Amino acid sequence: MSTATPKTTVRKEKLLHPLPLRIMHWVNALAIFIMIGSGWRIYNDDVIFGWLHFPDALVIGKWAQYGLQWHFFGMWILVINGLCYLTYGIVTGRFRHKLLPISPRDVIATVRDALHFRLSHDDLTVYNAVQKTLYLGVILVGILIVITGLCLWKPIQFSELAGLFGSFQIIRLIHFLCMSAIVGFVLVHVSLALLVPQSLLAMLTGGPTVGDVLAVEAAAPVPESPTETTP
Amino acid sequence: MFIRKPSILPPDKPVDRDAIRQSRAVLEHFNRRKLLRGALSLSALTLLTGCDVSEEDSVQKALRAVSSWNDGVQAAIFRSDHLAPTFSPSQVVKPPRFNAYYDIDHVKPIDGATWKLELAGLIKDKRPWTAQQIYQLPEQELIIRHICVEGWDYIGQWSGPNLRAFLTRVGADLTAKYVYFICNDNFTESIDMASALHPQTILATKYAGDFIADPFGYPLRLRTSTKLGYKNAKWIKAVEVTNTFRETFWSKQGENWFAGI
Ligand code: HEM
Repeated sequence: MSTATPKTTVRKEKLLHPLPLRIMHWVNALAIFIMIGSGWRIYNDDVIFGWLHFPDALVIGKWAQYGLQWHFFGMWILVINGLCYLTYGIVTGRFRHKLLPISPRDVIATVRDALHFRLSHDDLTVYNAVQKTLYLGVILVGILIVITGLCLWKPIQFSELAGLFGSFQIIRLIHFLCMSAIVGFVLVHVSLALLVPQSLLAMLTGGPTVGDVLAVEAAAPVPESPTETTP
Repeated sequence: MFIRKPSILPPDKPVDRDAIRQSRAVLEHFNRRKLLRGALSLSALTLLTGCDVSEEDSVQKALRAVSSWNDGVQAAIFRSDHLAPTFSPSQVVKPPRFNAYYDIDHVKPIDGATWKLELAGLIKDKRPWTAQQIYQLPEQELIIRHICVEGWDYIGQWSGPNLRAFLTRVGADLTAKYVYFICNDNFTESIDMASALHPQTILATKYAGDFIADPFGYPLRLRTSTKLGYKNAKWIKAVEVTNTFRETFWSKQGENWFAGI
């Protein structure tokens, strides 16, 4: 956060990533890890694309049925944690303040800056437009993969819902494409976190203190100001 | 493959999961990459001790506990009167797709003339049924989607007596918990009573209007719209109504028992 906001005026000291958020983040990482690995095991049993098999070393579950066991274990972690996260994001206003609004113009500007290596990571507390888009996007993909997962798991019990997507194979394909999008996100997300290690650190320690959300917003329009990112 | 041509020939993978499993087990013993996966499944320790019990022991126990919890969840969300979508005869795939725990060449055909359906357990009238007697019963036709746990599916046209009507007729205890099927190939499968009583659960004798061919369960098999493929026992030789849960062929191997769809 910007030093322009003197510490003394901060009304309520709060970390950038409060503890519940950090717990949910890492629980989600674990759940996604289980879901991808076991999903790949399930996929190998009847592939969608003839040219694509996942190597045994990368899948979770020795046999297909073990992969399914992992998948239907991981889904509980994923869904329960995910519901907590969505509730938290909405109730605390985190989504509204951190992820919205996104304007197409900002996205284009950020992409242009990124291509010119002009992106600043000095202020961890403000997400740029591309980050916002990716984070919101992956949340929506996450919701879609859970919905299509439910339709694959119970295509008859949830036949009304499954019917909206089309045939069983179409749902499989959407589920698979959502997985691909999540894998793409994870690759970018992890690479950036490693490139900007203080962001990774912040997700472990909580990061810099921010006042309350309003103080952050007040600081946001002056990104050029000297910053102190390490707590 | 995403789109498959139906074939009477065994497709390379889905048919013979068991054989694949066994040969893999041997291969994997020598497979160094297993160390990686061992770490994933927290079983590196057991590998170090030289025992191949990686997922067989504690991890498997925990996962199976979750799997039986999932059985309960599936029973709870089961809608006993909710009908699965049905299709038109023009969408039916002929012949149906073969699947069993062995290859299609190893199917042991049943002689329909001497075959009898035995009844056991909580059933009042346990007289066995001949195929001819079963053919006299009112027939119900179902054109429904078969969904395999592996991910493939096809639309099939099955007919035969409704299971609920049959169980009622022989005086089965419809409040019992399970209907258990014992098959000619030492296969066993059981379903919960709610699914057995579902309006789209039949004892199929025909496929697309003809008697079911040998590889697909002649003379009698189960077809229900609410379970994965492997629950639909083929070549049935006995039906037992019981309150005692027994593991079945696939559940012993770690497949989910309820397997509802
Ligand atoms: C509540 C959440 C989820 C449920 C209920 C669910 C359910 C399922 C089911 C039933 C299948 C088997 C489809 C088949 O018969 O082939 C499946 C496959 C798969 N799942 Fe999930 N899933 C969920 C979340 C996820 C997530 C989060 C990922 C990855 C990020 C994922 C990745 C996969 C993959 C790669 C496959 C194999 C694709 C295929 O062959 O059909 N799933 N899932």
